[in-house]
Amino acid sequence: MYLRKNIATSESGFIFNPATGDSFSANPVAAEILLQLKQGNGAAQIKEWLLESYEVEPLRLERDWDEFINQLKEANLLES
Amino acid sequence: MKTPDNWLTIAVTGLNAIDSPGPGIAVIRALREGLNRPVRIIGLSYETLEPGIYMHDVVDKTYQIPYPAAGTTALMNRLQYIHEKENLQLIIPNFDAELPQFIKLAQTLRSMGIATFLPAAEQFEARDKVNLYQFGQNNQLLVPRDKIIHTVAELQSCEDAFGYPLVVKGKFYDAVVAYTLEQAQKAFYKISAKWGLPIIVQEFITGTEINIAVLGDGTGRMISAIPMRKLYITDKGKAWSGITLEDESLLQLAQAFTDATKWKGGCELEIMRTAKNELYIMEINPRFPAWIYLTAAAGQNQPAALARMALGEEQPVYEGYEAGKIFVRYSWDHITDIKEFHQISGKGEL
Repeated sequence: MYLRKNIATSESGFIFNPATGDSFSANPVAAEILLQLKQGNGAAQIKEWLLESYEVEPLRLERDWDEFINQLKEANLLES
Repeated sequence: MKTPDNWLTIAVTGLNAIDSPGPGIAVIRALREGLNRPVRIIGLSYETLEPGIYMHDVVDKTYQIPYPAAGTTALMNRLQYIHEKENLQLIIPNFDAELPQFIKLAQTLRSMGIATFLPAAEQFEARDKVNLYQFGQNNQLLVPRDKIIHTVAELQSCEDAFGYPLVVKGKFYDAVVAYTLEQAQKAFYKISAKWGLPIIVQEFITGTEINIAVLGDGTGRMISAIPMRKLYITDKGKAWSGITLEDESLLQLAQAFTDATKWKGGCELEIMRTAKNELYIMEINPRFPAWIYLTAAAGQNQPAALARMALGEEQPVYEGYEAGKIFVRYSWDHITDIKEFHQISGKGEL
């Protein structure tokens, strides 16, 4: 799972897809995940980091993760 | 008027910077910024309240010219008069309806020392709304199916062919999406009263609307192509804000169009990208769009490049531009004096 190459992200959580002109706002956690995806980190690595950094149950994390990835897919931000 | 040798005197039409703007003011802005030499701009206007006439920091002097309906002789006589006064080096016409006359006069203007950079009459005709579907078929480009009709009764056959909604379009301008026969009939009467016949009825394609400003050199070389998505649209469907896009498939489509037509000059491709990522050409406007200054802001100054080519100067193909560049149009109440209005109304020049 990779973020499309040309997607622009900023530390403030602004996401811009230059192919479609769409832009989105992400909260700080989502912005950090996007940054890690952009750096090429895999899902397992990012989830591990989330478990270490936040007080979250693994089951809850899996559910939230799937929902977040679905949002990224719907927004056409992931490589197909 | 005598200007220093390094000055360029360029005449531009489309000074109607209104809610549905002509491209003239944006073209002038790009020329002034992109030619790296002083430019004297001569405005050519049709109506006395075209805002550009009164914007003296943008347009140095304006002359009214006759409407296309007056014929090429009337236009030529007027241009000769203006040329005697101003020593024009280049004319950039910006209205669809005036282009056929300027294309016809291009050779004569050239012999007078006035350059133009326009498509040939055949290129102009091939992309006309009336011929667009056939143009797409001939060049393996996706274009919505359409029917060219002359009577309101023919709408029934369009309904049978395309269903609803369908799009009712005028020969030069205007388009209405009709969801019922009654709406289609109303649109037929309204548009034909304004723009004449025929009326084009097109199948409705849903998707994301994208526009591409393209500049061709007339040999198949695409000098520049800048795709833009409208972010804010007026009730007339005009972009009030837009953003440049980076998408190779859009540039490939623009190149395919340039290859097929050997397009000379500026034009605008109106594209619809469907949910399946198909790129339909909805319309091809044979001149720069009103948002053309965005090309300069993004790094490819198309009006300046056109001027250089028209004047016989070297113009390399532009490489790269900035995606995510946004324009936001605004309105401004420009103040002028009744004397200026009198001058343009009475003497036809200001």
